[in-house]
Amino acid sequence: MSMKVLVPVKRVIDFNIKPRVKADGMGVETAGVKMSMNPFDEIAVEEAVRLKEKGVATEIVAVSIGVQQSQDTLRTALAMGADRAILVLTDVAVEPLGVAKVLKALVAKESPDLVILGKQAIDDDMNATGQMLAGLLGWAQGTFASRIEIADGRAAVTREIDGGLETVSLALPAIVTADLRLNEPRYASLPNIMKARKKPLETLAPADLGVDVTPRLTIVSVAEPPARKAGVKVASAEDLVARLRNEAKVI
Amino acid sequence: MTVLVFLDHESGTIRQASRSAVTAALELGKSAGDVHALVTGDAAVADAAAKIPGIAKVLRAAGAAVAHELAEPLAALIADLAPSYSHIVAAAGATGKNVLPRAAALLDVQPIPDVVSIIDAETFVRPIYAGSALATVKSADAYKVVTVRASSFDPAPAEGGSAVVEQVTVPDGSALSEFVSIELSKSERPELESARVIVSGGRGLQNQENFKLLDPLADRLGAAIGASRAAVDAGFVPNDYQVGQTGKIVAPDLYIAIGISGAIQHLAGMKDSKVIVAINKDPEAPIFQVADYGLVADLFEVLPQLEAALG
Repeated sequence: MSMKVLVPVKRVIDFNIKPRVKADGMGVETAGVKMSMNPFDEIAVEEAVRLKEKGVATEIVAVSIGVQQSQDTLRTALAMGADRAILVLTDVAVEPLGVAKVLKALVAKESPDLVILGKQAIDDDMNATGQMLAGLLGWAQGTFASRIEIADGRAAVTREIDGGLETVSLALPAIVTADLRLNEPRYASLPNIMKARKKPLETLAPADLGVDVTPRLTIVSVAEPPARKAGVKVASAEDLVARLRNEAKVI
Repeated sequence: MTVLVFLDHESGTIRQASRSAVTAALELGKSAGDVHALVTGDAAVADAAAKIPGIAKVLRAAGAAVAHELAEPLAALIADLAPSYSHIVAAAGATGKNVLPRAAALLDVQPIPDVVSIIDAETFVRPIYAGSALATVKSADAYKVVTVRASSFDPAPAEGGSAVVEQVTVPDGSALSEFVSIELSKSERPELESARVIVSGGRGLQNQENFKLLDPLADRLGAAIGASRAAVDAGFVPNDYQVGQTGKIVAPDLYIAIGISGAIQHLAGMKDSKVIVAINKDPEAPIFQVADYGLVADLFEVLPQLEAALG
């Protein structure tokens, strides 16, 4: 069986950077800020590469939707082991609904058997795109996956839920979204980074796919959350307990 | 304008987080209309939902197709029901996050996840960038599909209401997905999301054995036990203990962080706690920047002292 895997990846502010709200209160400062692949998407790419190494997947196509610099994110995916890449170029900050529609069009073009996404992007924290793509395609979904087993034309996915873990069996083709515990992503080696430069990277526009990516949500404002008051250092466990009892009155 | 709130349950009990979603739904419904609740499972779950004050009608979806709250049949059901509603609301727990975006896609609307505040029927506040910013967004969609952060809304009371219960038909189940098994962490302690006090451990605990050192303190305070991602990844505790951007979001009266450095991803999950205590031997640990009370000390020495001081 030949199995193609599609892996959408997003370019976001690096997870180590503390974002700053812009002076105009309409967004977060991204100019001159270090950008990286969304950590959950690294996990998704790693899982696809592992499926290929196990002989389950035959081809991995990485896709990204965004500005020209998203090419760097795709090159990272190629250096990790993806075979080729597609950039859907747009300056619009596309919402999960728009992304899911673009991905649906790419699924129609590429006919993958599995799409692995990160469970959420660490910038918009939406946790929606995988579920929405599954809904638009009418495919099964295995969200917040910490384990994936492909066998007999189905995917057994262990999911992280509120009280523990749940396993579901999905008919293929299917959508899986990766949780942190799915795997430990590899670092791309220098030779693989060099090789990735030669791998194919196709660029399309949303209009080429017949998709309208106009946002449905209007940003009214973006603000800093209220800051917490500076606290005090206490000298001992006794001091701490006394203050929690008498001052804060929480015990 | 009628609001539909989906209530998820575990082992036949409606989650407290879902009662917080009821509070948000009532806030949306107060200007105009009724609030209806959708539940799956047996009659007892529907009866429990009917007793929540403010709910006018409970829709009970029964049958094998929705027994395990799988996203595929449940989202199809919600999309079928949607034309009678202006808002579809659920708690932003694992089930709500799994089901509602799929339902939104079927309705061709952009969902609004993890809402912490309702401005009006179209305008909502939600945290972005691990809570480093609060975005106020206005939706122009025909349906507002919203998940709400439970810690931002008080849970509605469990008793006092008397809603009518109505059976709803679940769309033909497809063979897309099947439930295989569930493995729940067993604990006598309060649920993390609803605990008044949380004792949370991090990498500083060093191993699984040491993590148990938190038990007597948690017992003494009637607290739930939480963990940082580092502690979960190192295998000290199961993943459902994780507090943070990708784990649970909590806001207890008292949060005691022990051996946790305080990465922004962890702070995202607990910085709305009323009182934060940090115990860490590194005086430069970022957790001290949000802690109301900080104790710079070796946790292994402090834990027995704390128990002694609590008496």
